[in-house]
Amino acid sequence: MTTLTDPPQESFRLSMLINDTRYRSYTFQFIALILLIAAIAYLGNNLVSNLAAAGLNFSYEFLGQPAGYDINQRLVEYTSRSSHMQATIVGVLNTLLVAFLGCLTATILGVFAGVLRLSNNWLIAKLMSAYVEAFRNVPVLIWILIINTVVNILPQPRAYRGETPDAEMFLGMIAFTNRGVYLPAPTWGPGSLMVVATFLLSIGAIIFFRRWATKQLYDQGREINKLWPTLGLFFIPTLLVYFVMGSPIGVEYPELRGFNFQGGLQVQRPLIALWLALSIYTGAFIAENVRAGIQAISKGQTEAAASLGLRPGRIMNLVILPQALRVIIPPLISQYLNITKNSSLAIAVGYADITATLGGITLNQTGRAIESVLLLMLFYLIISLTISAVLNIYNNAVALKER
Amino acid sequence: MKKSVFFGALTVAGLAAGAAAAGTLDDVKARGKLNCGVATGLVGFAAPDANGEWDGFDVAVCRAVAAAVLNDANAVEFVPTTPKTRFTALASGELDMLARNTTWTFSRDVDLKFEFVGINYYDGQGFMVPKDLGVSSATELDGATVCIQTGTTTELNLADFFRTNNISYEPVPIETNAEAQQQYLAGACDVYTTDASGLAATRATFEDPSAHVLLPEIISKEPLGPLVRHGDNDWGDVVRWTLNALISGEELGITSTNVAELSSGTNNPEINRLLGTEGTLGEMLGLDAEWAKRAIMAGGNYGEIFAKNIGEETPIGLARGLNAQWTDGGLLYSPPFR
Repeated sequence: MTTLTDPPQESFRLSMLINDTRYRSYTFQFIALILLIAAIAYLGNNLVSNLAAAGLNFSYEFLGQPAGYDINQRLVEYTSRSSHMQATIVGVLNTLLVAFLGCLTATILGVFAGVLRLSNNWLIAKLMSAYVEAFRNVPVLIWILIINTVVNILPQPRAYRGETPDAEMFLGMIAFTNRGVYLPAPTWGPGSLMVVATFLLSIGAIIFFRRWATKQLYDQGREINKLWPTLGLFFIPTLLVYFVMGSPIGVEYPELRGFNFQGGLQVQRPLIALWLALSIYTGAFIAENVRAGIQAISKGQTEAAASLGLRPGRIMNLVILPQALRVIIPPLISQYLNITKNSSLAIAVGYADITATLGGITLNQTGRAIESVLLLMLFYLIISLTISAVLNIYNNAVALKER
Repeated sequence: MKKSVFFGALTVAGLAAGAAAAGTLDDVKARGKLNCGVATGLVGFAAPDANGEWDGFDVAVCRAVAAAVLNDANAVEFVPTTPKTRFTALASGELDMLARNTTWTFSRDVDLKFEFVGINYYDGQGFMVPKDLGVSSATELDGATVCIQTGTTTELNLADFFRTNNISYEPVPIETNAEAQQQYLAGACDVYTTDASGLAATRATFEDPSAHVLLPEIISKEPLGPLVRHGDNDWGDVVRWTLNALISGEELGITSTNVAELSSGTNNPEINRLLGTEGTLGEMLGLDAEWAKRAIMAGGNYGEIFAKNIGEETPIGLARGLNAQWTDGGLLYSPPFR
């Protein structure tokens, strides 16, 4: 009869840190950690001693002091008497604005270009390859400058002046100038809140109705016409409330007064140039991601769908793209991060993003280079990690669920 | 124990680095070249000419210092800096001195730890507008779009001027003078504002300078001068007194043509002390006796440099105005060489 005995407990010896594969990886990681800490400590100490030698101190007090400069585009209240902190916030919001707009248009552009590059139409496919190759292979700063120059060719506001002006407003309400585009803007009278609330409620009702209709289709096989109720919900309640409240929402047209167009909504040239450049540039990269995603789906899927009698457009929307998304989204995340980080080239066209305000003017006026750059790094880190986190949540939601 | 030795060694290394950085004069002599920060290209003040040689009013100060210290007016490495990069470049030791239309302000002197060694141009901020805009005063600029170089004192003055006059404007921030000029000419802004001398220099390069007017308002004091790092007083003295030698040279009538003749000895003891035939001023600076002679020979005295680069005979056409000698009713006044 044999008895099972525990294997003899091996006592831990110091040499096992090197010789035993179980511990070796930890040993080397520990050594690497020590070296890393030493390197950072050396650099930090170097910084502190150099600052001390130059008689400078390290302080963030400047953030509370008046900035003294003006910013052309501000989403929140800001004057030249506001603090450097407020200037920084204006910059952060401007960065987020251009990043958001850029991501949106780049995605639309990228999906179209990516799908069309695989088109059977020779001309369209070649045109899209030309677009993708041209934009991917020239640095983004060059594109920003080129597009800025193109936008600059638009007429000056001066050209709209006089009895027989050189330029005329588009449809009498939109002015394209080399300082930006001036659009009609809504004016909000008393009671306009009710109209907006009604509109939002009808949007909610539309979503609810369409879900219910889909459920009916799946559960009972009953097809309900979605188009007419949707259109009705969209227009009728809002219009009704609008007239009941006495037309509280009006339109203000831009008008040439003094040196510039006044009134209306102004989208400034720097924003347009940067937004267009970032969208078109990153759109080319996204197009390649989309193409890769589509090509990753077996051709049999297309053929199977076609044999069911689906049209090419529906095959793309219902069969191919939903599957391709799983391949497309991870690289898409890094393209969104690229847009956000590339927006730091904004000062090339005079757009007041965070690099231009905190990392440019504030840094320069206060001379606090190290403090400003550290803060700048922190902001970009937070923004990037947030975008990455949000998109990873979405990626997990659409990823293939294995059961 | 070991750790404290490690950090002790680091501290010593740090102090040694600091001490080494203090002797800029020795560094320059050992290197045989002066690293001088200038503007990225402002005709008349600092710009490369057709042969790629740097030339201009600020450049002449660099050359005078190089001639005084290294006996060679061409032993200068010109480093173009933007308003944004200039201070970091100087503070980090990349530059030995900065001779770039930089305004002497309290915070730059005290907080940024720089030392302005003197003033080579008394300037003020002005406005330039196209003539056909029909504007005759800066107070009529309500609602105008203004091109402005970012990170300059002009940017702050501009905000203050419009705020105190209760009028509004829209800034277009721009990095370099060349870019500002292009935006202004394209009509992306109504007004270009910077130091009046810079406006004159910029306008001189336009195809049709007469189509643009400089408005009469000068909204600030902009004393421009060369600067060095704080804490290296020996080097600061060299740059300061080289500039003073150029200014005194004009006052005493020493020009690039007669300096050789005068340096053999004159009746005027101050000229003799300046040119090294009497006394030991050069030695006190850590240079030889003929330092000031070489500085003046490099590009002439202050008046000659002014006339050659930005004076009324040049396309830039600036009058001496405040920059005349004190004896002629201007503000230029060098302390005595004694």
